[in-house]
Amino acid sequence: MKARLLLRVLLVPLLGLLLAGCATTPYDYTNYRAHPPRSILVLPPLNESTAVDASYSYLSTVSFPLAEAGYYVFPVAEVDHFLKENGMPTPGEMHQIPLDKARDILGADAVLYLTIKQYGTKYVVVSSVTTVTVSGKLVDTRTGLTLWEGTGTAQDNSGGSGNIIADLISAALTQVINSSVDHAHAVCRLTNVQLFTLKDHGLLDGPYHPKESDK
Amino acid sequence: MLRPLLLAALLAGLAGCVTPPMYSWGHYEDLLYASYTSPDKATPDLQITQLEADLQKARAANRPVPPGFHAHLGYLYYQVGKADLAQQEFQTEKQLFPESAVFMDRLLAKKP
Repeated sequence: MKARLLLRVLLVPLLGLLLAGCATTPYDYTNYRAHPPRSILVLPPLNESTAVDASYSYLSTVSFPLAEAGYYVFPVAEVDHFLKENGMPTPGEMHQIPLDKARDILGADAVLYLTIKQYGTKYVVVSSVTTVTVSGKLVDTRTGLTLWEGTGTAQDNSGGSGNIIADLISAALTQVINSSVDHAHAVCRLTNVQLFTLKDHGLLDGPYHPKESDK
Repeated sequence: MLRPLLLAALLAGLAGCVTPPMYSWGHYEDLLYASYTSPDKATPDLQITQLEADLQKARAANRPVPPGFHAHLGYLYYQVGKADLAQQEFQTEKQLFPESAVFMDRLLAKKP
């Protein structure tokens, strides 16, 4: 059962990787290459989904892909505390922080603005689909130029088998299991692969990336 | 709790032609998540215990901890009134990652 879930969860993004790899033109990295940041300030995401906890659930998964790409990532919890203490209680207000403040007060080379478009599980009769979709925009704090933009989406499908009785029972079980854990939180990490790591669409290697420091 | 991280690491590995994670992440992100979803359980003391254990493991394996790890540990020390330990952690973050200097100096200047 676990192996099947793992296989399914693995297959979806792999398929996504293949699709994304051939369907679209590469991102234009001109600004990014002209102003390569060393450090990224991740602001708590705006949440356009109906799940109230989506913003911080997702935020707790973002340091991994950015740091592994080779960037200094400001400690997300401490940045959140700091901004709250300084009169910005919500992500909406934090996203209004002037770029020169992000640079002078926190020392950030670039700010990453994230918006959660979808977050959660939908049940359609006998199957359920958990989707997390996030868009991101990386902005240079010196020039205000957009260095990179992208959208990532990942799904975990729990589809039917063709046997209606078995499917109804299994859907009910899935619903019970899924509501007891935040299934979407696990899907966030798959979304991050789509958003940040795809060749020609994701982030460029940062200064701490082994490939980058070899140069 | 570790499974999502392993899975992500696996996927990142596949996408980047099998490169293992650069950093030893321990429970850093899991604890961030827990502190948002169940703050009553993920107390500063519990987080400190976990992160200290993670740090020892990383040191034993001679692997670096990620950006933010020492800063978060320092902040937790502040919350339990261990200001000296907090300052040490902020200094360590700054030494390992000079990009953090402006923010760490700000946290170092703050009185608990």
